[in-house]
Amino acid sequence: MEPIFLVEAAINGILLGGVLALLALGLNLIFGVLDIVWIAYVDLVMVCMYAIYFFHVAFGWPIWAAGLVSLVAGTLLGVGVHLLIISPILTSAPINQLLATGGLLFFLQSAATFLWTTDHKTVRLSLPSYEIAGIFLPATRIIPFAISILAVIALYFFLTRTYIGTAIRAVSQDRDAMSLMGASPQRIYIVTSAVGGLMAGLAGALLIFQYSVHPFFGGQFGPLTFMICVLGGLGNMVGAFIASFIMSEIISIGGVVISTEMGYVIAFVIFIVMMFVRPGGIMAKRE
Amino acid sequence: MSMLDLSGITAGYGPFTALWDVSLRVAEGEAVAVVGPNGAGKTTLLRVISGLIAPRSGRIAFGGAELAGHPAHDIVAHGIAHVPEGRRLFPGLTVADNLKMGAFLPAARARYRESLERVYTLFPVLAERQKQRAGSMSGGEQQMLAIGRALMSQPKIILLDEPSLGLAPVMVLRVFDLIRRVREEGYTILVVEQNVRQVLKLVDRAYLLEVGRIKMEGRAAELAEQDFVRKAYMGV
Amino acid sequence: MSRGRLFAGALLVCLVVAPFLPMGGMQQYVLHVAIQIFIWSFIGQAWSLMGRFGLVSLGHGAFLGVGAYTTTLLWNFYSLTPWIGALLAVAASVAIAVVLGIPCFRFRVIGHYFALVTLAVGEVIRLLIIAERDWTGGSLGASLKTAGTASGLWTLQFADKRVFYYASLGMFLAGLWVWDRVDRSMARSALEAIGEDETAAASVGIHVTRFKLGITVVSAALTALGGVLYAQYISYVNPDTLSGIGVSLKIVFAVVLGGMYSLMGPLVGTALTTALSEGLRIAFGLKFLGMAETIYGLLLIISIIFLPSGIYGSIREAIRRRTAGTAGVRS
Repeated sequence: MEPIFLVEAAINGILLGGVLALLALGLNLIFGVLDIVWIAYVDLVMVCMYAIYFFHVAFGWPIWAAGLVSLVAGTLLGVGVHLLIISPILTSAPINQLLATGGLLFFLQSAATFLWTTDHKTVRLSLPSYEIAGIFLPATRIIPFAISILAVIALYFFLTRTYIGTAIRAVSQDRDAMSLMGASPQRIYIVTSAVGGLMAGLAGALLIFQYSVHPFFGGQFGPLTFMICVLGGLGNMVGAFIASFIMSEIISIGGVVISTEMGYVIAFVIFIVMMFVRPGGIMAKRE
Repeated sequence: MSMLDLSGITAGYGPFTALWDVSLRVAEGEAVAVVGPNGAGKTTLLRVISGLIAPRSGRIAFGGAELAGHPAHDIVAHGIAHVPEGRRLFPGLTVADNLKMGAFLPAARARYRESLERVYTLFPVLAERQKQRAGSMSGGEQQMLAIGRALMSQPKIILLDEPSLGLAPVMVLRVFDLIRRVREEGYTILVVEQNVRQVLKLVDRAYLLEVGRIKMEGRAAELAEQDFVRKAYMGV
Repeated sequence: MSRGRLFAGALLVCLVVAPFLPMGGMQQYVLHVAIQIFIWSFIGQAWSLMGRFGLVSLGHGAFLGVGAYTTTLLWNFYSLTPWIGALLAVAASVAIAVVLGIPCFRFRVIGHYFALVTLAVGEVIRLLIIAERDWTGGSLGASLKTAGTASGLWTLQFADKRVFYYASLGMFLAGLWVWDRVDRSMARSALEAIGEDETAAASVGIHVTRFKLGITVVSAALTALGGVLYAQYISYVNPDTLSGIGVSLKIVFAVVLGGMYSLMGPLVGTALTTALSEGLRIAFGLKFLGMAETIYGLLLIISIIFLPSGIYGSIREAIRRRTAGTAGVRS
């Protein structure tokens, strides 16, 4: 294999990692605060991608406007999911919580099948491709990467510099203590869910650049997102960020060296192995 | 004139009752202690007042408002600040951020700078360690931060749950000194403590809580004189 | 003989004679649905052996898929009788369970982490099946090579659905027996103690890893057998219907819906979900592809929110409350 292909794969891995990081951070944010894994998270992304498709392709809106629709849709979905599904089961057994969002996954995938059939829907964007030293870097990969990094930075500032962001971090560290500060837990949950949904909407907008949407899109990226979150340590934002790039590199390079599916297989196997080496995630301190 | 007035409070966890028909009052400007052995229900009492637990029966009157059954974040807004057992700081946040969280309420947030100044003046050590992660501080410093955080909400009364718990004897003295200083600033205080000797030196009045019931009440000096109090709790 | 036993006995007799009752032209369909219910209830029962003790696996599709594909591929390529194939399938599943279980339980991977690790395993199997499409058939699946004239007990292929009916009924009853044995055993108390507080259990001398591993192995083996019978009956295997998160969730749903802690819970749950999806499919047909599943998903969400102990569990609780009075007796 020519080294140039490996380098290209490595770079593509980094570019992919950016968007994966958005997904992982959004999921982690919600888990850190609410202690619930939204199994249907990537299916929310799928719905947002459909939104972009319809507003841009069917209604003819300019792509950036459709992207904004995706952000709004994501935010509304996030809040909606919290109010309708999560809020009633906040005190239920963990298995019931897992299953409730699992049921949502079912519901969204079949509703999408019913409404829009299993056809893949693509948003075609004619964007240039750049060549540097024999490596092809299409704008459809670079732009999403750049935007996702900006989003991660924005999230960082939101969580560390703003009042509500600090409050969100505080709740994830001690829920009861925050209510003693006068903060209504419900209000913080709603803001967290909204931000998580917003990130899903953004991820959808960035993923539509390279992938077509179909009802089972969640099956493609969902398990991967969970793996990344657990690998980085559930609830650990920095860990999730790093883990995103580790996994994306494995998938990218594995995909080029063997095959796309095997790239995923290797990534998952490494995940399983890592769970035994560091059960708390790569960022966990050795006990 | 009573600021905080509990009457007939019965509360517990699930089928278990921790408090039976408890009544107490705290007047404005007073410092009151609730003492008693482990498991007497002292922590439960504070959690009922601050709203973390809803009482099964009884009334909680504070400054004219009926607060029994209200959620915690609402009770804070009425002016009751609770420094919980074990401090319950946000370990990953800095000292400055912890204090910031204390001023979450809109009214408190408006006077944020002023409150912060006050806390830093009262506890200069906190000013020095503004950027330090709360989780990396010593027990005594954490207690200081916990009290400072409570002050940030512009409270009318401060509830302190076992402030000396887990601290070395030297730190215990220091913490009680802190509480004395806070008291001198004019704050009304209700403190729950196992360290009877130290706390009775600090407060005006005290209640003795045993197995969920108020067994005794009186001025601090009087209680300290009681024979069985001295024997049982002060090792005399 | 107690009333319960009499009732169960009568029900059993009904089930045994059912295939010989006149059903108009519906017989094939009814048998088909019954077989599905028995097999999936059996699989659900196997899952609940772990689930009831707090070991929530979202990856049982792995064992199911390994079971189904092992027998199918060995038969297709080597004409190996499914009886031996089943033994190998169980061995493979158990191997996976052990290889994953030992580190998992040794290092205290529990709760959400455990659920997600099992999810990963289920997905790995699904992806492997798809990746190795040259011999597995990939996403298109693989058909069980027909035995033709050799159909019969040795090849486990039968033209008559009724044989599969009795086979699946038998398997289901065997599953009940296993569940019951576990329920009455010392292992049950040990596992319940572990489920409540692992550290406390360990400090009392309970060998946590050994017990967890044991129940996982049993669960994996039974699930694999369920997969084998299913593959033999349907004569077709597909990575999405037999591995991956989709089928894993379906199994869990049915059991939780019916009630995870009771003997008949998995059957009740599976029967309900099967009846529901069949009913919706008939009502909507292929006209509205996906509408049935959408309603199914919606009902699942609603039932999780409003019936936390499952349907069977809720009914039992309601009955118990009525007969026990308001004394607040805890069982």
